[in-house]
Amino acid sequence: MRLFDKPAHVLHDMLVNKEITAVELLNDVFLRIDEVEDQVKAYLTQTRKTALEQAQLVDAKIAKGETIGFLEGIPGAIKDNICTMGVKTTCASKMLEHFVPPYNATVVKKLQTQNPVILGKTNMDEFAMGGSTENSAYFPTHNPWNLDCVPGGSSGGSAAAVAAGTAIWSIGSDTGGSIRQPASFCGVVGIKPTYGRVSRYGLIAFASSLDQIGPLTRDVTDCAHLLNILCGYDAKDSTSINAEVPDFTKSLVKDIKGLKIGLPKEYFVKGMDADVERAIRTAIKKLESLGAEVVEVSMPHTDYAISTYYLLAPAEASSNLARYDGVSYGERVDGIDIVDMMNKTRSAKFGEEVKRRIMIGSYALSAGYYDAYYVKALKVRTLVKQDFDEAFEKVDLIVAPTAPTPAYKIGEMNSDPLKMYLQDICTIPLNLAGLPGISIPCGFTNTKMPVGLQLIGKPLDEATIIRAAYTYEQSNEFHNSIAPLGEDKK
Amino acid sequence: MSYETVIGLEIHSELKTNTKIFCGCATTFGAEQNTNVCPVCLGLPGVLPVINKRVVEFAIKAGIALNCKINNFSKFDRKNYYYPDLPKNFQTSQFDLPIAEFGYVDIEVDGKVKRIRITRIHMEEDAGKLVHSGTTIKDSASSNVDYNRTGVPLIEIVSEPDISSPAEARAYMEKVKSVLEYLDVSNCKMEEGNLRADVNVSLRKVGATELGTKAEMKNLNSFKMIENALAYEIERQEEILDDGGHIVQETRTWDDAKGITLSMRTKEAAQDYRYLPEPDLLPIITTDEEIEEYRRGLPELPDARKERFMEKFDLSSYDAKLVANWIMGDLSKHLNLENKDISESLVTAENLAAMVTLISKGTISSKIAKTVFEQMWKTGDDPEKIVKEKGLVQITDTKAIEEIVDAVIAANPKPVEDYKGGNAKSIGFLVGQVMKQSKGKANPGVVNDLLKGKLDA
Repeated sequence: MRLFDKPAHVLHDMLVNKEITAVELLNDVFLRIDEVEDQVKAYLTQTRKTALEQAQLVDAKIAKGETIGFLEGIPGAIKDNICTMGVKTTCASKMLEHFVPPYNATVVKKLQTQNPVILGKTNMDEFAMGGSTENSAYFPTHNPWNLDCVPGGSSGGSAAAVAAGTAIWSIGSDTGGSIRQPASFCGVVGIKPTYGRVSRYGLIAFASSLDQIGPLTRDVTDCAHLLNILCGYDAKDSTSINAEVPDFTKSLVKDIKGLKIGLPKEYFVKGMDADVERAIRTAIKKLESLGAEVVEVSMPHTDYAISTYYLLAPAEASSNLARYDGVSYGERVDGIDIVDMMNKTRSAKFGEEVKRRIMIGSYALSAGYYDAYYVKALKVRTLVKQDFDEAFEKVDLIVAPTAPTPAYKIGEMNSDPLKMYLQDICTIPLNLAGLPGISIPCGFTNTKMPVGLQLIGKPLDEATIIRAAYTYEQSNEFHNSIAPLGEDKK
Repeated sequence: MSYETVIGLEIHSELKTNTKIFCGCATTFGAEQNTNVCPVCLGLPGVLPVINKRVVEFAIKAGIALNCKINNFSKFDRKNYYYPDLPKNFQTSQFDLPIAEFGYVDIEVDGKVKRIRITRIHMEEDAGKLVHSGTTIKDSASSNVDYNRTGVPLIEIVSEPDISSPAEARAYMEKVKSVLEYLDVSNCKMEEGNLRADVNVSLRKVGATELGTKAEMKNLNSFKMIENALAYEIERQEEILDDGGHIVQETRTWDDAKGITLSMRTKEAAQDYRYLPEPDLLPIITTDEEIEEYRRGLPELPDARKERFMEKFDLSSYDAKLVANWIMGDLSKHLNLENKDISESLVTAENLAAMVTLISKGTISSKIAKTVFEQMWKTGDDPEKIVKEKGLVQITDTKAIEEIVDAVIAANPKPVEDYKGGNAKSIGFLVGQVMKQSKGKANPGVVNDLLKGKLDA
């Protein structure tokens, strides 16, 4: 019996009932990695030796009759911008090619209390800048549903691994859609919690006021369990919110009767893929038939969200990435003096997209441009937030596409960064407003590529979107569809 | 032509917290290199700052004591610039909403009281320390960085350009220092760099309303340096203006050995710091009630204490200040060392006042006074008795000192030669020799004058 294609909650029960051992499970995932990883290329680093030790530890615990936590013995993967003590953390950049963190991110510490089995670090767009994982300095990751396509990004490796069965769960980060969009492209569940819900300590910063960590899973049930582990106040992150974390598994109920769901017309943009639109509209009908009331809401500043984001995020990035200069760590390129060394190092070790954003950000913060660009963008950010505030006076949650298109071909967008930026129209507004959003599978295009439905919640109200997501998920079979990859070998 | 001098000071003071501003590392001075460090102050990828609440408390106290308005809403900003002593390549500081603004202190120079306004006080982190293989970063084959100082909390106190002479600049710096000492928020050890000043100076024709072009001198860390650097710079600018030239707006360094200022970089090449609100820290909200609580908790400040002493012990303004300094300095040091309360001290108020009178009359030097004080601390004796018994009366008799000076000049041909050859520093050695031979009793001012008179002749 193959195990790699099952969700964590099923595997957990099998471990508890002693139908399988953690080592058996791990070996099956190893086998799957051996079968498909050279095609998918989701991993930058694999940690098989420690993974096996972790699995053995859990088996010993079970043998002794001890109870195990939800994630114990379940193999998962972590995006390579989250610091793991003693394990290389590169941000998919040449700049951090040999960076081995001397400390663990808070989320890693939280995961470790669960004795999970960590398979390794997943590929991503360099410093999380991009939406296709093509900006990795090492290699692109391929979409398990069609290897010619991108998996989305920047958490493309994390999404592809879960979709390919080379990880049961994974951790990603989302600055402008980097969890939700790859979840949509790869047909898995991905949630960006409320800004401040999950500690950012140890997440290598791209844009500090927008970055948020979240899980990618096979289904909504796993998502709720992972959130329970990841969320919570952390004194090490001044922006983390000191609010009670509910038990999200309590929201795994099939009931959305009377829920008011807002439908923003601005998210159905010109140039939206027809198959995607059809899948989304069908899903909305389904939500109605399950008892929700769907009303139109207007989010008039949606159009400005992208330009706002592409000023604020690069501005913060230009400062966050300043430390990579070849002085204290990083790969140094020698120069005739210190300035020359820094220039040469940064020129050689950052990729094109990273350099582009550092330039945009530095420009936006420059004397004489600061008010026109940065300050103005901050003001528009407030307007975008107000759009949501007003909408949430009338509705309990908002439904929208996760992305206007399905996964596109590798290389297709390379020549036009602007077109790629426009891809983020449905995800970016949530980051600007700090709101939680989940992407769940809601169907396929004619070419059998997954489509994601996005549910957007009020601040700190992940519970409601999980309830709606679960109710919808249980009404269909999309989450049980397996990427055709390597099917013949099953 | 006659000019008016316009001076403004930016004083940096390291705060006396046990831990750094954004992490839990110790702030101990002189620890082994790169031992007081952690991922946060090293700026490793992924780390986040957490504000040390004591820093905010100390900054607010300083703000209140320096008569500032404390801002209810204050925030941190990133000052972006590339320098290897700054691991993140930005300094977390405050830009447009500092913790305190609109303050002042009153200084006294030559018996005249003058009010110097304070523009603002803001909090920031200190940078690391570069150790070059050569003398500067430019001519060094390699440089090492010690990050122990990275993240040590600082407040920067910016004055308005209300200061008109080197003496006023010194008096202002002394006043700020004593306030910080009374508050016990900074060690104020200038030799350790706890307290240092960037000095801006410009000249304008007497009566002119527009400010002249200024030059800035950075990191002056002694009162003497501030006075000397300003005196030199004023003279330099006067000469340029007299010759019909223009002052270049620039940063200059003070070469203490040569006694001159040198151009470091001109303002044209100055940096654009691309300030950015610090997204990793929350704004600092301080309510009026909290500010009032801090105000009530402040100790007696120098001005108030001085007035009280003048009244109670019938002292002159100058003597009262000296007494205050002795209490804050040697007396409290001894009390702390032996863990005693002031009521247990053998040094009586009358005896301390008497000792200060001996200093201001010139009977003993400040240096000798330290020896006298030691004795007073141990025995509780009257200072006049101690001075007489130990023969500590300062030699101000020029004749007596001159003999020693001549002997020292004769015995040290090499330093004498060096001095005449332009090495101004070597006079320090000769002064030291004279002081040594007089067992510290010669008046250093007289020694200096005599030596210079003889060598420059």
